[in-house]
Amino acid sequence: MTDQEALFEYLLRLGDSTLILGHRISEWCGHAPVLEEDIALANTALDLIGQTQMWLGLAAEVEGAGRSADELAMLRDVWDFRNLLLVEQPNGDFGQTMMRQCLFDAFHIELLTALSQSDDNRIAGISAKALKEVTYHLDRSSETVIGLGDGTEESHRRMQAALDLLWPYVGEMVTPDAVDTAMHAAGIAPDLTALRARFDTRIDAILTDATLVKPDSTYAQTGGKTGFRHSEHLGHLLTQMQWLQRAYPGAAW
Amino acid sequence: MYAQMITSEATQDDPEKLTTFQARIDSGEKIEPKDWMPEGYRKTLIRQIGQHAHSEIVGQLPEGNWITRAPTLERKAILLAKVQDEAGHGLYLYGAAETLGVSRDELTEMLLDGRMKYSSIFNYPTLTWADMGAVGLLVDGAAIMNQVPLQRTSYGPYSRAMIRICKEESFHQRQGYHIMMKMAQGTTAQKKMAQDALNRFWYPSLMMFGPSDKDSVHSAQSMAWKIKMNTNDELRQKFVDQTVPQAEFLGLTVPDKTLRWNEDKGGYDFAEPDWSEFFDVIKGNGPCNTERLAARNKAWDDGAWVRDGLMAHAAKKRAAKLAAE
Repeated sequence: MTDQEALFEYLLRLGDSTLILGHRISEWCGHAPVLEEDIALANTALDLIGQTQMWLGLAAEVEGAGRSADELAMLRDVWDFRNLLLVEQPNGDFGQTMMRQCLFDAFHIELLTALSQSDDNRIAGISAKALKEVTYHLDRSSETVIGLGDGTEESHRRMQAALDLLWPYVGEMVTPDAVDTAMHAAGIAPDLTALRARFDTRIDAILTDATLVKPDSTYAQTGGKTGFRHSEHLGHLLTQMQWLQRAYPGAAW
Repeated sequence: MYAQMITSEATQDDPEKLTTFQARIDSGEKIEPKDWMPEGYRKTLIRQIGQHAHSEIVGQLPEGNWITRAPTLERKAILLAKVQDEAGHGLYLYGAAETLGVSRDELTEMLLDGRMKYSSIFNYPTLTWADMGAVGLLVDGAAIMNQVPLQRTSYGPYSRAMIRICKEESFHQRQGYHIMMKMAQGTTAQKKMAQDALNRFWYPSLMMFGPSDKDSVHSAQSMAWKIKMNTNDELRQKFVDQTVPQAEFLGLTVPDKTLRWNEDKGGYDFAEPDWSEFFDVIKGNGPCNTERLAARNKAWDDGAWVRDGLMAHAAKKRAAKLAAE
């Protein structure tokens, strides 16, 4: 893999993760438990789709094959997606959605903080902008996880179940592979091992306040960011998201 | 008009107070929550603002139906922003209604058990992407007709909510027009979708204004109170006059063979919608009434544990803070 190819892969990881999570959250629109939550979820989805436009726009530029951000989003199949497995997991109940969000946000904020110091100015610029949005995302998702974890018996039980269900997808975010290592060596991306410590500190504090117990397992499902093996859920998501572009090829919308 | 068929409440207040109240309205003063107001004014406003708020909330559903299938990242972002605005409009309006002594939860329960209505238009399905254009062009276009004059309504909180809402609605209508334009200039299939969307949404949009109310006593009372600013027929005429040239510009055909420009009145003559269909929809027999209410009920019921959990947590925090003091 050349440096350019690794950079392209890395940008897809960033853009595909925000795209798929943004899409997932947008599925809530009009169906959230409280009006304020509906608005906040739509707002988060909107931020993530905006970040996707920037990441995939840059990925397309780096690839230099004449593809646009929209073509990357709408015309690739499952095996070409590089998003984290965590973000393609279904919404489940509201608690599961917010737990997924909180786990991702706690990682995302650390990643963007580091990337805003990247040697690549384009990446640093996008990250600095996205960081402002993600700071709000984490404030909100962590408050909700804490509120529901330390709420009623039922809300506590549901949040613990959500944490147990999603924990195996945490490892992939914070465990470096060849692309992460190459990006770190090139001064573009942070050392994920060091980032993991900061992520753990954040998550431990949130889970303590939420009276939730972190699962005693380090087992990690992998295959999302490499594209080697996504979950079955991604194909269904793409079926819906890409339908118009697939059904009416070449049309402008 | 996200509020249709609002019957005004009879008022049995002190005639002297009523006269003073009416004089304030006639002189263009705003009525504020703490001011004296006739019981009928208060109740009619609750019904009208509540119905408008419910329409914004239920109105998220037909467009929300296409967020996950929006064709490009930009379209997805715009549609999300629009539907989010609608939820925000619901929030302002519930806030305005709350100043009249009814809680948001009470209003929500009345929506969910069918005691309160929402606009008939949201009981129609959105079947193709062009429907996102038609909804913006026609539904938001019709809503603006009513909401612009309501910025001058007599009740202060309602008027201020309308001012904020109108700013966003004009953006909504523009995005609808832009979608329609892309489709109308697009491939054969896209043109067909655009025309089909116009065909399906034209008459339901005309119904949004409600049946003629030129002889209605309820309407006369509401107009005297300045909580209704124009008759339904006036607004419908204005809407047709504005929309027909837009459709023509797009190369689309309004599905009304009787449509003609009438030089004498300076407006179009047009066919009335099928009012029996309107009354059926209002009664709950529209194509999507069942689904729309079921979706709102499901969101509310599924969310009960979340609301309870967050309330319980807030109570614990308050107790801990008190104990620490």
